[in-house]
Amino acid sequence: MSQEAKVVTRKKVAGKPSLLTPNVAGFAYCPGCQEVLAARLIAEVIEELQMEGNTIGVFGIGCSSFLILRLDIDAIIGPHGRPPDIATGIKRVYPENLVFSIEGDGGLISIGGESLLGVLTRSEKITVIMLNNAVYGTTGGQMAPTTLVGQVTSTSPKGREIAATGFPVHAAEMIATFKGVAYSARGALISPVTYKKTKGYIKTAFQKQLDNIGLSYVEILSACPTNWHLSPVDSLKWIEEKMIAEFPLGEFKNVDKIE
Amino acid sequence: MSERVFVEGNEAISRGATAAGCQAFFGYPITPQNEITEWFAREFPKMGRVFVQSQSELGSVNMLYGAVSAVRAMTSTSGPGFSLMQEGISSMANAELPGVIVDVQRGGPGSGTIRTAQQDFFQCTRGGGHGDYRTIVLAPASSQECCDLTQLAFYLADKYRNPVIILSDAIIGRLREIVNIETIDFGPLPYKDWAIRGKAKQKDGKRRTVDHSADLYHRDPNFVSFLIRLGKKIEQMQKSELRYENYKTEDAKLILVAYGYTSRVAKEAVNMARAEGTKAGLIRPITVWPFPYEVIREKVRQGCKFLVVEDSLGQMIDDVLFAAEGRAAVHFVGIADRHIPTDGGMILPDKVFEKIKEIQ
Repeated sequence: MSQEAKVVTRKKVAGKPSLLTPNVAGFAYCPGCQEVLAARLIAEVIEELQMEGNTIGVFGIGCSSFLILRLDIDAIIGPHGRPPDIATGIKRVYPENLVFSIEGDGGLISIGGESLLGVLTRSEKITVIMLNNAVYGTTGGQMAPTTLVGQVTSTSPKGREIAATGFPVHAAEMIATFKGVAYSARGALISPVTYKKTKGYIKTAFQKQLDNIGLSYVEILSACPTNWHLSPVDSLKWIEEKMIAEFPLGEFKNVDKIE
Repeated sequence: MSERVFVEGNEAISRGATAAGCQAFFGYPITPQNEITEWFAREFPKMGRVFVQSQSELGSVNMLYGAVSAVRAMTSTSGPGFSLMQEGISSMANAELPGVIVDVQRGGPGSGTIRTAQQDFFQCTRGGGHGDYRTIVLAPASSQECCDLTQLAFYLADKYRNPVIILSDAIIGRLREIVNIETIDFGPLPYKDWAIRGKAKQKDGKRRTVDHSADLYHRDPNFVSFLIRLGKKIEQMQKSELRYENYKTEDAKLILVAYGYTSRVAKEAVNMARAEGTKAGLIRPITVWPFPYEVIREKVRQGCKFLVVEDSLGQMIDDVLFAAEGRAAVHFVGIADRHIPTDGGMILPDKVFEKIKEIQ
């Protein structure tokens, strides 16, 4: 047997982004939760834009607040639904920094609806990210504005009925109608293709902010197996078959100039 | 910076904030504080400082939350808007953020009246928002105090990393007086190492976080250990930050207690009573929280009677009754005693003087 060792030079083609911190809190996300995937994408994009030292994240209440544990950037958590306001306050003070808010659908378009309307009206130069999982996560899977018609939740036990509770809200399409918006897109994380596309959406959205064009928005369809009472694999199927039918993926607005 | 100007209390607040180095102001239109918001809209952009007209007081207080994570900033409102801000103020107390919030009082409950009243005392001094927290509440009684106490508010907010409230009212807000605008030096404060700057600008290159929940990434090991520390901070504020004015109280047998505009009315009534030989005096809380309980108790021990003058159905009177511990008579002149019994009325010295004659 030869004792000679062969020296192989390997090129690193993938790895954990340095901004993604280890799980320090002693608890993890539920199995199959996709929030941490969104965190990874955001970390990768911040690194690619070389904004590691100049990014401020504003996180919502509920599961999105866990991001304070996973992203090694300056972070602010405030009252439920108010991340766009908080992001406004910090961005106006530090206009050169990259400021984004991230929260769930309940936070952004239910309790925080007027906060969102405020930043859209003023065309704040921030990036708003929404994780759309069609339910309230942390509180136990209640009906959200994005809950699908007929979807059973703990507060719509017979399934969402349109007569009493209306229809799912299409935030990405609605936001795209505002003149002060530079970018609006909706992505998912159910396959390598959607994953890559969603990363592109986040990168474009951040770039619009850095170019000072207008508000940018990215919505991410995000699996919540625990509250959907589905396995992680079935959750991805449910997104593919049910959610994307209601919430189509793609870019709804992409402009380089607002006049 | 020193300037002598003839301005309303509302403008004096804006100028005081500017002198204190306030970098950002967030406001929503509401009477009777509009002069404050309009002043910042006009003047701050010229200075390269931040002004944002928010979409609501929920917006104002949460923009403030974001801005005071980094720099000195302020918002201003009146009763209904102040009610909307309570969750934000409670959250700032937990996150230990030094926000300065101005409440120029109008009448309530509900939309009440846009005209003057003193009905936000409970809300300001008893938390207003949920949870165990207290805020220092400064109550100016002149344009000069509007300027000076606003500067003090920024200092105390930074000193304790806790929100501070300025409790003005429509009369003080719209009263025009000569004011010396001068930056007041309250002494050194530690470097804001905790403030958000972006990692690249921190000396240690590490991130900073602001959180208002004890569950996640808090500064304390757990919820109760945080509360115990907050409790000590509250105790320290009570011990060190009490401010009040004694007016002719030394030999007084009757002590009037009043803050804000009614303290000026009460002072006039004290002078009227003194002119007729009645030994009256005034204790004017400048901080309505912490409240001068011991100062009042000392007068209880001396056998004094009390007369609270407050343009409401009676809120601060509870604190005077608490201080008196049932051992002194506590009388009241309130909103029902206005010179005309409408929203356009106010408590005048004559009425207070009448009451003094009646009870002495």
